[in-house]
Amino acid sequence: MPDDLMTRVINVIATTQHIPVESITADSTFEELKIDSLDGINILFALENEFNISIPDEEARGIRTVREMAAGVEKLTASA
Amino acid sequence: MGVISALGPNRIAFWQSLAEGRPGIRAIESIDRQQFRFQNGAEVSGYDPLCHFDEKQIGLTDRFAQYAVIAAREAIQQSGIVFSDPSRTAIVTGSCVGGQGAMDDGFVDMYKKGLPRVNPMMIPRVMANSGASQMSMGFGITGPTYTVSTACSSANHAIGQAYQMVRYGMADSAITGGSEAVFSFGFLKAWEAMRVVSPDTCRPFSKDRRGLILGEGGAMLVLETLEAAKARGAKILGEIAGFGMSSDAHHITQPSPDGAALAMTTALKEGGVAPESVGYVNAHGTGTIANDVSETAAIRKAFGAHANRLLVSSTKSLHGHALGAAGAIEAVATLLALQNGLVPPTANFTEADPLCDLDIVPNIARAVDVEVAISNSFAFGGLNAVLVFRSPNAL
Repeated sequence: MPDDLMTRVINVIATTQHIPVESITADSTFEELKIDSLDGINILFALENEFNISIPDEEARGIRTVREMAAGVEKLTASA
Repeated sequence: MGVISALGPNRIAFWQSLAEGRPGIRAIESIDRQQFRFQNGAEVSGYDPLCHFDEKQIGLTDRFAQYAVIAAREAIQQSGIVFSDPSRTAIVTGSCVGGQGAMDDGFVDMYKKGLPRVNPMMIPRVMANSGASQMSMGFGITGPTYTVSTACSSANHAIGQAYQMVRYGMADSAITGGSEAVFSFGFLKAWEAMRVVSPDTCRPFSKDRRGLILGEGGAMLVLETLEAAKARGAKILGEIAGFGMSSDAHHITQPSPDGAALAMTTALKEGGVAPESVGYVNAHGTGTIANDVSETAAIRKAFGAHANRLLVSSTKSLHGHALGAAGAIEAVATLLALQNGLVPPTANFTEADPLCDLDIVPNIARAVDVEVAISNSFAFGGLNAVLVFRSPNAL
């Protein structure tokens, strides 16, 4: 996965959650970052705008970590 | 009682579909569904306002207000009631988003088509009390008239308030229920963004449920005291035996079993109804991952061991989730179930979810005489409203 993609995903999460970028790593879980289901919807919305993609509900549902989220974005940007 | 919904234009068609477990969920026709991640909804199919209103009335009303009036006309006609002192009759309606469709149309005119002005009737169409006001004017009712908006609990809150007004002598009778018209492009996009709408159908309590299906329509009840109904020889359709409200004080979208259970126990206590006398629960049962698990836990908390003997079905699997009209549509479903001795099923059921381990009456209606039923409504924002109904056969 390109570093800049991971950086952009982390930046989106930091901005959406109003938390410092430094508090997020690729291995952070949503639980650690205190991201609940409603926060998750906001992050998906921000990622769709950032990467100009459409994230299907079913693909988003099982995601629990930053790394999984970035991998999902990478897959969607590759197929876009 | 009166109802217009995806199951048809009146209570007869509605009950036929409920009894047969035949859902009104179909491909959405009123907007371009290709632009959405979900394709299906529970629309009032073949609706033609000209069959119900003249052109001037149509120009003044959004569809949600029309549904309110249509359902109220049916309810009043069936009741045979005469409002001899119209100042002693109340109208309390519920709606989540009022005439948002009219607002969406106006915004398309301005933002998309670049028009410099909107339809001058936009405000009277949009206001959430438009349905209640049209009912007041249409039937000449001059008593307390207002609209409650508590998202998906709106109609249950409205019916509960009307019940309290009649019970405590603030009004002699009431027309109450709810109506909603959700199918506008902008509003459906908002639901799409919430990621709670099913891409196929509504399967409450099934393990593979994928979310709710949006519905529309209206339903109204005519309320009066039991004594007044008996005195005029009315055909009594059932009794509202209790009403309970609570707030989760928890989360703006995630439900809490504690709040829902509190509303159920409060409703039963208010009506002096023993939990063991309840035979049927018309569940909120949206078919979302979160609601159905939380509601199961809430029912278990409220009813204890008796939960295993309850029939619990979600008729949203048939008529969809009509938001601020849901409680009213489900009140009609519950009253018809009591009256007919037939509990409508939870349709579209596929596979049991161990976290939803109640008797959910899967797919096929169950013939059983129930004396007391409750109908649950739980809203985003954590606002819960529960009505208790007693069978007319038990009065």
